Amino acid sequence: MTAYEKLKTVRQNGRPTAADYIENLFSNRVRLCGDRRFGEDSAIEAGIGLLGDTPVTYIAIEKGKDVTQRIKNNFGCPKPEGYRKALRLMKQAEKFRRPVICLVDTLGAYCGMEAEERGQGQAIAESIMEMSALRTPTISIVIGEGGSGGALALCTADTVYMLENACYSVISPEGCASIIWKDSTRAPDAADALRITAADMKNFGVADVVFDENFDNFKGMCKTISAQLKKDVDRLTSMPDSAILQARYDRFRKFGIYEEGGVLHGTDL
Amino acid sequence: MIFPFKTRTDATVSCGFCKEPLTEKQLLSGGYICPHCGGLLKMPPRVRIESIVDKNSFSELYSDLKSVDFLDFPGYSEKLEKARAATGNEDAVVCGRAEIDGYPCMIFVMDTRFIMASMGSVVGEKIARTFELAARRGLPVIGFTASGGARMQEGIISLMQMAKTSAAVKKHSERGLLYVTVVTNPTTGGVTASFAMQGDIILAEPNALVGFAGRRVVEQTTKQRLPDNFQSAEFLMEHGFIDNIVPRRDMKKTLSAILRLHNTEAGK
Repeated sequence: MTAYEKLKTVRQNGRPTAADYIENLFSNRVRLCGDRRFGEDSAIEAGIGLLGDTPVTYIAIEKGKDVTQRIKNNFGCPKPEGYRKALRLMKQAEKFRRPVICLVDTLGAYCGMEAEERGQGQAIAESIMEMSALRTPTISIVIGEGGSGGALALCTADTVYMLENACYSVISPEGCASIIWKDSTRAPDAADALRITAADMKNFGVADVVFDENFDNFKGMCKTISAQLKKDVDRLTSMPDSAILQARYDRFRKFGIYEEGGVLHGTDL
Repeated sequence: MIFPFKTRTDATVSCGFCKEPLTEKQLLSGGYICPHCGGLLKMPPRVRIESIVDKNSFSELYSDLKSVDFLDFPGYSEKLEKARAATGNEDAVVCGRAEIDGYPCMIFVMDTRFIMASMGSVVGEKIARTFELAARRGLPVIGFTASGGARMQEGIISLMQMAKTSAAVKKHSERGLLYVTVVTNPTTGGVTASFAMQGDIILAEPNALVGFAGRRVVEQTTKQRLPDNFQSAEFLMEHGFIDNIVPRRDMKKTLSAILRLHNTEAGK
């Protein structure tokens, strides 16, 4: 499949959404709502549950299963209150030393007038900044589309997984094509130029683990993901806070390809 | 709105707001404020820095970092070449150490003449280094933001700059150090959604456009007519996202007062 075909695949209705992964990965769940500031954004589905025997906080972008839910969830484009709810629950997880597991599937943060009025940029900026220094282990899984800042707000994590066909990009290929060629139908070319696939992310070091997709055996696939989560949660919880924070800082600090004094930096990513 | 002035071949320019002609001399002596309509014109970074910091106190850092077209992205190499020629700079931000009324600080100023001051590896690296050095030296950071957002020509690596810079801002903040943002026209996208909105104090220039999504994108998404002042600094201040709107002529005075209140070395 080409990069754009992969993106089309993960955007299709009928593919498992975050709710299906939550159902299979976490037991004894308690759902949590609201940002305690303005409202509740159902595009962010969140709560506490057990990963094996370990209590974890899960924060997921849920596109919705049917038309009604999809409209209610803004097709998985969170509003500022969604990001503030996510941040509230991250801080709560930090208080109780619970690992945070984020599931990401979004075209991007919602681009509406009220989102701007309520500080979409500020909400994302704060989420990224606080997540970068959260004193508890963080793992993010891109299960579908990782759309720009709206995805990064939940992906500034210790380790990032992606599904085989999942994509992660700074801009949608359609948006990119209409900027470069004034022609959004050239999105497939833009998708190639941007390098958006899980395999590309693995090469860049943006993703650490890529899971094969096998929706005929969805439970089995979730078992594989669960085993990896447990392994990483165990590894991270055995580290002192300072070591986790340093490793997370270094993980993002290394991104950058540039020339300095005639020497090329960052290509060993 | 986005391109406040265009350079003409005869070295005179026209105001991007009222279109009246101006000379370079008028621009410089008038602080890049249009004498005809009062519009705030784009200030080149070094002119901005001179207008803020004490004479001869600025020492530039990291000026030799160069962007690389590592994805072989359509048109990027040409864009870089053109922007370098137009600005005489290697990229879209100027960083360094300076003093304001004797108070030492780190300062960075973004330059929209350089590919709309989009943030790629070089901008991200320079901003991160600025905060890291400030943290080591115990210095406050003053940042003048302006940007079209992340630099898509660097793909996912440009998105990662948002995380890299945010983490550096946080580290600096955890040392109890001050970060003042001055958002200038236009500050949008990935820069709004990272270090532009992370200041302890956020100031803005009058009428500056500040937002996350572009106006056209919002209109297309919502099919709504937007108010004229949508995403202006005044609009953001009304909604609680900006501390103060500061006219250009008061900027140095305001920054100096803030630095004094934060007990920097010279203030002790």
